[in-house]
Amino acid sequence: MDLKGRKVILHDMCLRDGMHAKRQQITIDQMVAIATGLDEAGVPMIEVTHGDGLDGSSINYGFGLHTDEEYLSAVIPKLKNAKVSCLLVPGIGTVDQLKMAADLGISCVRVATHCTEADCGEQHIKMARNLNLDTVGFLMMAHMEAPEVILEQAQKFVSYGATCVYVTDSAGYMLPDDVRARVGLLRANLAPEIEIGFHAHNNLSVSVANSLAAVEAGANRIDGSAAGLGAGAGNTPLEAFAAVTERCGIETGVDLFKLMDVAEEIVKPIMDQPVRVDRDALTLGYAGTYSTFLLHAQRFSKLHGIPVRDLLVECGRRRTVAGQEDMIESIALDMVRERETA
Amino acid sequence: MKINCAMIGSGNIGTDLMAKLQRSDVLNPVWMVGIDPESDGLAKAKAAGLKTTSDGVDGLIPHMKEDNIQIVFDATSAYVHKENSDKVQAQDAVMIDLTPAAIGPFCVPPVNLQEHLGAQEMNVNMVTCGGQATIPMVYAVSRVQDVVYGEIVATVASKSAGPGTRKNIDEFTRTTAGAIEKVGGARKGKAIIILNPAEPPLMMRDTIHCLTETVPEEDKIRASVEEMIVEVQKYVPGYRLLHKIVFDGNRVSIFVEVEGLGDYLPKYAGNLDIMTAAASRTAEMIGEEIISGRFVPSAALATA
Repeated sequence: MDLKGRKVILHDMCLRDGMHAKRQQITIDQMVAIATGLDEAGVPMIEVTHGDGLDGSSINYGFGLHTDEEYLSAVIPKLKNAKVSCLLVPGIGTVDQLKMAADLGISCVRVATHCTEADCGEQHIKMARNLNLDTVGFLMMAHMEAPEVILEQAQKFVSYGATCVYVTDSAGYMLPDDVRARVGLLRANLAPEIEIGFHAHNNLSVSVANSLAAVEAGANRIDGSAAGLGAGAGNTPLEAFAAVTERCGIETGVDLFKLMDVAEEIVKPIMDQPVRVDRDALTLGYAGTYSTFLLHAQRFSKLHGIPVRDLLVECGRRRTVAGQEDMIESIALDMVRERETA
Repeated sequence: MKINCAMIGSGNIGTDLMAKLQRSDVLNPVWMVGIDPESDGLAKAKAAGLKTTSDGVDGLIPHMKEDNIQIVFDATSAYVHKENSDKVQAQDAVMIDLTPAAIGPFCVPPVNLQEHLGAQEMNVNMVTCGGQATIPMVYAVSRVQDVVYGEIVATVASKSAGPGTRKNIDEFTRTTAGAIEKVGGARKGKAIIILNPAEPPLMMRDTIHCLTETVPEEDKIRASVEEMIVEVQKYVPGYRLLHKIVFDGNRVSIFVEVEGLGDYLPKYAGNLDIMTAAASRTAEMIGEEIISGRFVPSAALATA
């Protein structure tokens, strides 16, 4: 397909999804260095929040090294052109934190629900529109439902006031045809002024191909993160996708070499472990399990003596959804009991 | 003699509550109030012989005195609760609030119902379903030793969460977090709610995490939790521990499951039961106070 001249907005996830890979422990200095580097490289949008969204700091998801307020206050004034977004997961964060973030100068909020539960985001989307924010509805774990269901849920988001809807492959489970089917159906049925985005995880090593398929099917916002820093095997490596867009003639406004330098020199050195398709991350994509479960499963595996892969496969089999980190330990305890009674 | 009651809200919670009240020795459900004449809840109420109106609270008010309604349950939405409460209290009736509006004091029966008796309160709030399912556990830990932080994760089947719950999701997290502190005894509280659409629908499950100030006194906490489980089972028989309590450093994690009685929604919807059973238990205790003459509900007592 000829994509020459198509305009795509790249949205970096290092400082939100990457928080998962860093156990929510990114320092303020690291945040500022990465954000200003991305800004210099012309990346138009940067997400800054606890990995599980505003007010995600908790026992269940990990306490942040700093509060969302501290991160946003440090990063936003340092940026020249890039806009900052926050993630908000209804049931975890509330409009109270959204107002706080808006006061600090965010431009965009992404209200994230499980892909069948868009109506839990109504009050947040309405508030975001009242605050004049770029308002996005973010349908997580979108592989779990048929394209028709994703469309119905996207239409709910739009009816509340969202001007952009995301198909979110939280488990890194989708193949390019799965992406085309969902994004394509949204593009064919939503009003042309409603933007469509796609968010990938690289657990099956197809994040760049999936992102390209999304653009072909009509998406104009693509999430990725420099050096892939994100949950599971990471997000779409933004510099790799930027290189692909250049080859296709897609216009992003990003300076590829500068972005490569940020990934290599600022992001890669802060990684606690290589963010790559290893056995555990691959299991997420294979089993359709929420990518964020990776490090939590490794922790519970150590604590309760159950193999990580067994835990992640069982999480997928039981159709756990985003935010159910407590289920990982519950499943481990079920397995311990089975082993004891065997 | 029974105390006549009305229910405002003919959704999942109101309809399940009706089934509980019909079995009560103290309470007599007389009115069911809705806003949608086609609602399943109103149809069920009519079939059960209750008086019904689809004109909202205003359809009930003119009949309260003649029908001697002394206790009213509000199972609508936090957004309209204050207005409902004011109107009902002006008719000298006590309001039991099942929305997360929380304008009256929190009541979690096994923890603080006794404190409410004799207090002559005209508005009592039942926190949230997640709060009813978890705060007894937070309290079971905090009565053993100081809890610096209490966090709960309530997971419910999508099918058991009606439109009111969904529109009030922020009120759920705020109200539950507040009650974890005020009733549960944690210095700081946080609440998380997850909706899962899996089929067959999953049973309501709740995880309660506490961080204790000092090293957890494991034996005492185990005994305290076991005791509290028995207390909750007195009105929600399907409330049970799923696992041994986890002690990991200063983290104490308790996993419970709530199986309902299957009155209105099937048994997976324990979130309905724990709310409606707690509300009817609270109302029965208040009803007994009224019957004994120790409490005469009156508009003059209304402060909330």
